[in-house]
Amino acid sequence: MTNRTFTILAVLAAAMFLYAPFMIVAAPYESTMGLVQKIFYFHAPIGMVMFLSSFVSGIASARYLFGKRASADRAALAAAELTVLFGLIVLVTGPLWARKAWGVWWQWDARLTSALVMWLIFLAYLLLRKYGGPGSDRLAAGVAIFGAANAPFVYWSVNVWRTVHPKTTVVPTLQSGMREPFWFCFVAFVLLYVLLLAMRMGLEHRRAELETLYLETQG
Amino acid sequence: MKEIMERGIGVALLVCALMAVPARAQQSAPAQPQTPTTTTAAQEGFVPVDQLPKPQDTIPAPRLVAAAYGFVWVAVLVYVWSIRRRLTTVERELQAVSRRVDSGGRSS
Repeated sequence: MTNRTFTILAVLAAAMFLYAPFMIVAAPYESTMGLVQKIFYFHAPIGMVMFLSSFVSGIASARYLFGKRASADRAALAAAELTVLFGLIVLVTGPLWARKAWGVWWQWDARLTSALVMWLIFLAYLLLRKYGGPGSDRLAAGVAIFGAANAPFVYWSVNVWRTVHPKTTVVPTLQSGMREPFWFCFVAFVLLYVLLLAMRMGLEHRRAELETLYLETQG
Repeated sequence: MKEIMERGIGVALLVCALMAVPARAQQSAPAQPQTPTTTTAAQEGFVPVDQLPKPQDTIPAPRLVAAAYGFVWVAVLVYVWSIRRRLTTVERELQAVSRRVDSGGRSS
């Protein structure tokens, strides 16, 4: 991504995030949950971006394993780190919503538990990359593919198993007034994700340059 | 070897702590933690209303909403700061190695 494109996207994302609170405040209250349901406008889009990021990491890892592309490995690592970041946000904002809506911070139900497991898989990926030693990149790539394969199960868990979490029907059936801020926030978070991914991949690119330079100095 | 073992123990403790937090939260939850105390929270679809429903309990929703939105931005900003910090370190090392290469030196 060129500096110009990055700057334009960053300005656009900043403008969208400045405007988002006005849309969220103007959105109607939900009849059973009231004010606390407003967490939905950040929680759900960030959850969707977490799924997107897990797919990016899984697909890039597959390309690295079978195509041996170093750039794919860098993308996989960057996306895995962002999956952990967005997953952490989902796992923190969810219980804050649940405390009011369900009366408890946490339920060991299918959606919450599978989301936690998925987050732990990508955390394991990062720990493998950091402490696994030589060859851990290929082992970690397998973990990322497994993590990405887990994502659809996390998404569908609310429909298949009995759970207290809102079902996947909520987003497609959102009524006017709720629909606009939700999709607006989703686009803003996708933009933020693209920017963070570009930044993180830039860091890995510079690290690769440093490694090459080190090898040159070793002769 | 000792350092690797210490790191391994540290990682294991971190994972245990992460697993323990939600479990502890459930234990300390109010009455009947195995089942939600409120079963009226919408699951199938959200129904918009103009006015806030009358408060039925004392759980402060504004504080929870503020904490959620606040955490999102704190997490993102800390992450951006960590990338900048790591990038600065790499750039500094790149400059140092480049200088060594330019001067024809070999690292030990």
